Amino acid sequence: MSRFAIPLAVFIVLVAFLAIGLGHDPRTVPSPLINKPAPDFRLAQLHEPSKSFTADEMRGQVWLLNVWASWCVSCREEHPLLVELARSKTIPIYGLNYKDKRDDALAWLSEFGNPYLLSATDTDGRIGIDYGVYGVPETYLIDRDGVIRYKQVGPLTPGVLKDEILPLVKDLSK
Amino acid sequence: MKRVGLQLLLLCLGFLVLSGRIAAQEARPLADDPELEKRVMNLSEELRCLVCQNETLAASQADLAVDLKREIREQMKAGKSDKEIIAFLTARYGDFVLYRPPVRPTTYLLWFGPFILLVVGLGVLYRYLKQRRELTNQQPLSPEEHRRAQELLKVAPEKEPA
Repeated sequence: MSRFAIPLAVFIVLVAFLAIGLGHDPRTVPSPLINKPAPDFRLAQLHEPSKSFTADEMRGQVWLLNVWASWCVSCREEHPLLVELARSKTIPIYGLNYKDKRDDALAWLSEFGNPYLLSATDTDGRIGIDYGVYGVPETYLIDRDGVIRYKQVGPLTPGVLKDEILPLVKDLSK
Repeated sequence: MKRVGLQLLLLCLGFLVLSGRIAAQEARPLADDPELEKRVMNLSEELRCLVCQNETLAASQADLAVDLKREIREQMKAGKSDKEIIAFLTARYGDFVLYRPPVRPTTYLLWFGPFILLVVGLGVLYRYLKQRRELTNQQPLSPEEHRRAQELLKVAPEKEPA
């Protein structure tokens, strides 16, 4: 009996580790920016390039910063969800148009709808680096004190929105 | 005559060297300063490309990797040390960008786990060998068993296919 008990136990432990490993999404990298102040930036606005937008002017509000680009395929996937969220007026959504051409970006928004109160243009991707962006789309939930409370890498899903983001928004807006 | 031949040879060699130089210049590194580019490459060998994950930043041609190398290059030009640049990157992308994770409580298992396994393995092996030796010492073969063993050893070659 004990002859088999030990190998069996080792085997079960191994299977457990492998099962946990398979469940992990290797593309999500834990962000060190959670619970850290959102890096400030001053960028030109997409629709009115003469005007600028800064992260700091959002102090006092809970808001979403969504990193998007017209060349990004998964952005189309999450876009209807953002449009719907914008319509519900639960939370202000701002866009960070990442490494995009202005004309393409504007055409994209007029085709798929514009959920953003405004989009800032990060043409050379420098602000993206400050935010640790590595896979567009990414979404940051930022609280009243300008602290990043949640980060979603990859497209938002109804599940993530309902189970993670909206409860957090409710909490932070108290 | 001999002299002319030598001069011709030298001329040819000169062209060879020159053409080599020209070719080398065509594949010029991205920065104008090869020393700096070498530093950029050395550092980015240690860093992971976040898009491809199993590739170093140095090897990757992904958009983000190119941007990050540009960032590293600029920071080096500004006189930042490798350590400062690594701190800059880990503040944004986490320890994940490092191919050599830092030693800290959360990575103890990663760093020391293999050695612990080695020690455990050696212990198990030692105990097993000791047990086996004791077993053979305590219970030597009886004459009857000895005879059977001899027989089996004798018979064995005949059983093998021709």
